[in-house]
Order: sequence, then structure tokens, then C-alpha cells
Amino acid sequence: MRYAETGYNLEVDLTRGNIERVATDPELTSLHLGGLGTNARLFWDRVPPEVSHFDPENLLIFGAGLLVGTPGPGCNRTIVSSISPQTRFFGFSMMGGFFAPEMKRAGYDKIILRGRAPAPVYLWIHDDKIEIRDATHLWGLGTLESAECIRQELKQPHAAVASIGLAGENRVFFASIEQGKSSASRVGLGAVMGDKRLKAIAVLGSKDIHVARPEEFIRLANESLAYIKHREKNPILGVMPIMAGLGSPQEMVVHDEEWHTENFVWGNARVRRKGFWTEEVRDSWTRTMETMRTRLLSCYNCPMKCGAAISVDTRACSYMMKCFSKLTYTMAAFSDLEFGLRIAQLATEHGVDSFSAPQVMAFALELLEAGILTEADFPGMPPDTNSRFYWLLDRIVRREGIGDVLADGTYWAAERIGKGAHEYAHNCIKKTEQLPLKLGMLNQMYFLMYCTGEKASITQIEGNFPQTPFPTREEQEAFTRDWPHVPDERFKRWFEEWELRGEKSIPNYPSAEASYEIVNWQEAMHYIDDATGMCAGLSSFPYKPPFHIHNLPELISAGSGLDLDERSLMHLTKRTRDLVRSLNVARGMRRVDDAPPADHWKTRFPELEQRLLDGYYDYKGWNRDGIPTRATLHALGLDYVAEDFLRRGILRPDEEAPDAEEAAAGATARGEGHAS
Amino acid sequence: MSDSTKKVVKRIRINVDKCNGCRGCEVICSASHATPRYSSVNPSRARIRVIRDPLADIYVPVFAGEYTAAECAGRDQYTIDGKEYEECAFCRASCPSRDVFKEPDSGLPLKCDMCESDPTLEEPLCVQWCLADALTFERVEVDAGAGGAAAGVAPEEIDAGLEALAKTYGWSKVIDAVARMSRNGNR
Ligand code: SF4
Ligand code: SF4
Ligand code: SF4
Repeated sequence: MRYAETGYNLEVDLTRGNIERVATDPELTSLHLGGLGTNARLFWDRVPPEVSHFDPENLLIFGAGLLVGTPGPGCNRTIVSSISPQTRFFGFSMMGGFFAPEMKRAGYDKIILRGRAPAPVYLWIHDDKIEIRDATHLWGLGTLESAECIRQELKQPHAAVASIGLAGENRVFFASIEQGKSSASRVGLGAVMGDKRLKAIAVLGSKDIHVARPEEFIRLANESLAYIKHREKNPILGVMPIMAGLGSPQEMVVHDEEWHTENFVWGNARVRRKGFWTEEVRDSWTRTMETMRTRLLSCYNCPMKCGAAISVDTRACSYMMKCFSKLTYTMAAFSDLEFGLRIAQLATEHGVDSFSAPQVMAFALELLEAGILTEADFPGMPPDTNSRFYWLLDRIVRREGIGDVLADGTYWAAERIGKGAHEYAHNCIKKTEQLPLKLGMLNQMYFLMYCTGEKASITQIEGNFPQTPFPTREEQEAFTRDWPHVPDERFKRWFEEWELRGEKSIPNYPSAEASYEIVNWQEAMHYIDDATGMCAGLSSFPYKPPFHIHNLPELISAGSGLDLDERSLMHLTKRTRDLVRSLNVARGMRRVDDAPPADHWKTRFPELEQRLLDGYYDYKGWNRDGIPTRATLHALGLDYVAEDFLRRGILRPDEEAPDAEEAAAGATARGEGHAS
Repeated sequence: MSDSTKKVVKRIRINVDKCNGCRGCEVICSASHATPRYSSVNPSRARIRVIRDPLADIYVPVFAGEYTAAECAGRDQYTIDGKEYEECAFCRASCPSRDVFKEPDSGLPLKCDMCESDPTLEEPLCVQWCLADALTFERVEVDAGAGGAAAGVAPEEIDAGLEALAKTYGWSKVIDAVARMSRNGNR
């Protein structure tokens, strides 16, 4: 018997309408667990770098994490993977909610889609009964709207539905896949779904998920719930309220937005508004949230309530949201919270990423102001900013007029517009819009995270180590006293000694060597979550989470029957991490791509930064161009990757990447908003 | 008011306003009723189901109640906030008219047993796993005569229930199920 996983994938060829249930190789589970790990392996085996994002040969995989569907709290992630139209690399985006557990209970660890349907379709999976159904009548409908129609026509009110809206249908590069209270939003995977003419997947299951060592597993689950209760009563002192608890940042609960509104930047990631958070604003925004938020919501088998039902019309719930999407539209448009929550409803129906979309619209208005675009590009656009955002959103998701250009995201739009527009697409990493945050002094850890995060999103690599020192050393010592999460005691010393000002402050401290270890640890925790399907909100993201490197090996082992300890789990995780890197290296990712937005910090240190990258690449076992070396690949059991790299001339027998220095120099000359 | 006329009734209070739709109650109920205990999860086997309609903001945990051999003559139809709910949407019965509260493979009825076990649990498991406090547990004293269904099941009801089951599934299946469930600790 297979434990935790079902042992089957569903292969769907949309071109031919062919459906197959395929048994998986347990060996792959022991090499990569599941979720992102096995998704990456399938991409390596089946999607060579010659295949691009909108080719029918590109796969779109909905992968459930290994522990999804077990009683492990928070184990509910669907890891969606495909070649991204935005980054042109292997993209992956995780969604919580209810989709993956339903998929597992229907009997599948993954749904693997290939080809392109001749006409719009949706997929209906009910245990062993699978149908590709006509979706012509749903094409053009919103994400939630179409999900509701599907549930009604199937007469299955509890089916989990993941769907795309107009943005995905029209292949907007930052289109999302929405699933009720959660979404796979980053890097435009909704556009790939639209390209495949797949409007939605509906799934309902009634089978068992088995765990290998039940008593042990349930004990760990119960311990985590007890710990969650403990943490609820004991928030972390000295940090912003949204970071004091567990889960994703508690944006639906916490009304105090001083930190975001005064420290993050407004408009097209430009304007810092010190003194914005007045009492008046606080009262008005609190009122808005309290009237529009009708209920706090959780994902499958998780007590954290990170999401909320938001009512913008007569319905008790018009849509659901979580996290920082609360403020992205508001801040991009220099508007108020009510505007942000209202337009987010429409944006959710259209299915766009709530980090990218507002920034693209603010970027368009900046280009207009700068004269790079003119009034003629915006015929009929209303005069006030709020209405302009609605107008732009509509053009973008329909790819009408200027909307067609903007639908490619800031980087690719700038490419099409020319005339210096790239200056305005200034907040991207790997061509993807980032959180609107601009800071003063470089921080070595964050430099490395921004540079090397394969996901191109800081929240997908940062995590358990505090973002800044606390005001006093005493507070730091109080924090580390009860911090078993770290891989080693020295991590505690690094935090205790970190200072806001003085010798041991940024950019010098934590040191390069400490930064390598901290960054590597935080990243590994995310990769573990992405393979198990554990929500980052209970593990890799918040401070002092219930799950960490010292209890995850036991949880994964008790659930799956694998026999893992910390060492083997870290080793396996590095295998997946370097396979993801390799997929992208094969697609041309190099050192030049490992760069933060040029203006992320005011004070930069080009030499130090290059030394840092060198050092971190060494630490990772990558060469000076960010490519895993033959020795590294061999140690990870990835010889097949090394062989491919040798064949393609990406690695040379002497292990040096060809022209590493030349490439770096060329990159510097190219600029493109990159560092160095 | 002597002790002989009073008895303690176990009750789970459901506050739908506090439910966040996580289905943790379904997860732990089904896991604890698996054989061996906790060896598998399947909300379709849970003795509690959360009726969900997110866009209408409806989250209603419903506990599996009595088995009925025949479906009701009259049906319930609810309208909440202007939306109509399918017949029987919020009913507790394991009933021939629908799939809910039946074992998905055998079709045998499921009923909440209040997590009766030896040793007795402090609180039923679904209550323990509902950190939102949508489910809370209480023991209340009631007059012995008025305890009714909530107080536990009278022997006549068991006979009637078993006969009804036998009519639908045949005695051998029922006996198998009873044997399996007692092995399972579901007494
Ligand atoms: S922590 Fe929050 S986002 Fe994560 S699974 Fe729980 S409710 Fe969902
Ligand atoms: S565990 Fe509680 S909050 Fe979660 S679905 Fe059940 S009743 Fe609702
Ligand atoms: S009380 Fe026990 S048997 Fe009844 S629904 Fe809750 S967990 Fe299941």
C-alpha cells in the first residue's frame, strides 16, 4: 500500500481528449517527496528547454503535496507548475484552500495536462469518473462565477473548482488560477491554462488517504494544534502585529496598517508616505474592514483563518481574500481601503495576480505622465485615478488597445513600448513584479534571497529568521530563549548579537558566512513545504512555527513510511532545489538573472554584492554563473542533469561554465534593471 | 429532586457564526473511526459534515443523526439570504434519498457516537480539533424521562434500526458491520 500519496497521476491530453490514470514510481517519492519535487522531475523528463510557455507541449501540472489529505494541519497545498509566460522559466505557484485534498481523495497525486483543447473545456473528476466537458457557455465568465455554474450544473455543491477568468482566457502574463479563497497567482500560470483552453477543473473525491504510522502521526498533529493554541495566547513581542502570530500575515484580522502604508511604497512602487497613518485613516479603514469582512476563513484542516469573506455588494460574500492583496490596489492607486477591496473583487473574478496587476496599472499611468505613452493610447479613459484603474483592468483582461501591451506585465510591456519605458518597469525580479518595498541600506541576507529565490517572490524564501533586529539585546535574548527551530545554536548567537546601529548592523552583520547559512536554511524550509504541501504559514514563513526541521522528518516519515532524518531530508530537499535551478539553467538562467530590483536599496555595494554571490554560489556548490557543478549534481544523484549540461555545452568537462566572466560583463552592460 | 430522576446528557453546541469552514472536524472524526484508528482519513466517512456554500457565506456543521429506512414524505426546503437550498441540505439523517452519512463503499449508515470510547475522552475529537470554538462540548443534567435522543439511544431504537438496516442490506452485511465496528472500538 502507498502511504500519504495515492500512487497515481492523471494524465490528460487536451488535444486528443485522452485521459489516463498512471501509476507512479515510488522511487521518485523517495527522491523528491511530492508536490514541487516530483513536478520538477516531470518537467525535467518531459519538457525540454526548446518548449516554450504557449506551446501545446508545455505541461500544466496541478500537484498535491505528499502530506496533503493526511490529518497534518495545514497540509493542503496544490503546487501548480508550468513554464511561465512572464519569467520564461519553470514557474511554480502554490495555492491553499480545498483543491489538493479533494484531488487526493479522488485518487490522484497530480493532474498533468498537455496539449490544447480544440474548443473551451473543463475537466470534471469524480473519483474514477473523469470527463472533459464543454465550457463554451462558461468562456468569458468570472472565476467564481464559472465555479458556481459548474457546481450547479454538476449538482455537486461541494466540488472543489479551480478556474480562470478573462485574464487567463486572454493569456494575460500575470493571470491567476482562482479557487475560492485561494489562488495560484504568481508568474502567470492562468495564462497557460487559458492557452490550453481549459476553463476549470472541478474535483470531488470519496476515497481514503492512508498514513503509515497512525499513532505517531496523530500525536504530532495533536502536538501542533496544542502549540498553535499556545502561540495564539502568546504572540511574539517586539514585531509588527501581522508577524506576531502564525499563518500568513494576518491582514484580515489586524487593522493597524501603519507599517505597510508608511514603509511600503505607493503608486508604481515609488512614493513613501510618512505620516499617512493618521487616526482618521485608521478609524475609516477599520470601519471599512469591519463592514466589508463578513467571516474569517481557513484552508482545509487548518485552524489559522488567514482568509476572509468580503462583501462588496448585496451578497454576504462577494469573494474571498487573504494577506497583502488587501492593500496592493489601494496603494498602487493612492486610494483608500474601500476602493482596494472593491476592485479586488473584480480582479479576482477576472483572475489576475494581485501583486502584479495593480503595479502594471500604476506603471501605465506613470508612462502617461512621463509622456512615453500619450492620451491617444488611452482613448476614453476617465480622469480620476480610481476610475482609471477600473478602466485599465478591463482593457488588460480583454487585451484591448493599450491593455494588450500592459497584459504582458511591466517588463515585457516596456520591451514593446521602448522609449525608455524600462526605467519604469523598475520593480521586477526575473521579469516579475515584486512587493512594493524600497529600503535604505543593503542587507546581505535579503540581497541573497532576492537574487537567488527561484520563485521570484521574497515571501517564498524569507521566513523563520527575524527580518530586523529588535530594539534591545534583552528582547533578542528573550526571543532566542525559546527558539528550538534553528538548525544550530549559532543561529541564535547571530540574532542575539545583531544590532540596529553600530558595528554589528547591516550591511556588515549578519556576516556573509552567517547569511549563507540563514538564507539556505530558510529556503530549504520553503522547499520542504512545497514538496509536502504543508502551508508555509505553519512552517517556513512565520516566526516560531509549529513545524520545523526538527519535527518535519518525523511527520513526513510517519505519514509516508519513508525513513527520513534531518540530514536525509535536507539532502533530498537540496536535490529538488538544484533540479529546479537546473531546469532554469537549461532555459538560460544565469548569474545576471540573480539580481534584486536596482533601486531596492538606496545604498548599494557592487563589489560586496558580487563577492556575496560568489560566496553563496560556492556554499551552494554552484559555479560562478550560478550553475550547479558536476560534483554537486553527482552528490545529489542528478548525474542525468550533468550529462545533459555537458551535451548542451552549459557545463564543460573541466566544470567551468563557458565564458562566465564574459557573460557577467555583458550583463552589466545590458543593465535591464539589474545590479552590478 | 433525587439523582434517580436526573441524568447527564452530553451535548455539542454548534455556533455557525464561528465556523471558518476548515473541515478539521471531518478530518479527525473520520481518522478516529478508521481501522486501525487514525490509519486513514476520509471526510466522506465522517459523522459530521460541514455544509458549505462560500458565496452565500453558509457554513453549517451537521452531525450524523438517526438512520431512516424510508425517506421523509415531506421535504425541507430552505431559503437563506434569498438563496434556495436543495431539499434536505441540512438534515441529519442517514437516509436512502442521498449519499451523505453513509460509508462510501458499503453504503452503511453513519451516526455520531459522541466519540464514546474507553477511557472516556475529555471532549469529543471534533470539538478538540475545532480551534475556532464553533463546536463546544457540555454535559448538562436533564430529567431522565426528557433526555430523549440526545441522551443516548434506547434499546428498542437499536432493534428497530438494525431491522431497518437488515431490510436494506441483508443481515450478513449488518452483522459484518457490527463486528467490524466493535473491533474498531466504536461501541
Ligand atoms: S495557515 Fe492560513 S493560509 Fe495556511 S493553510 Fe492555514 S489558513 Fe490556509
Ligand atoms: S472544525 Fe470547527 S471551524 Fe472547522 S469546519 Fe468544523 S466546525 Fe467549522
Ligand atoms: S463527536 Fe466524535 S463521532 Fe461525533 S462527529 Fe464528533 S468526532 Fe465524530
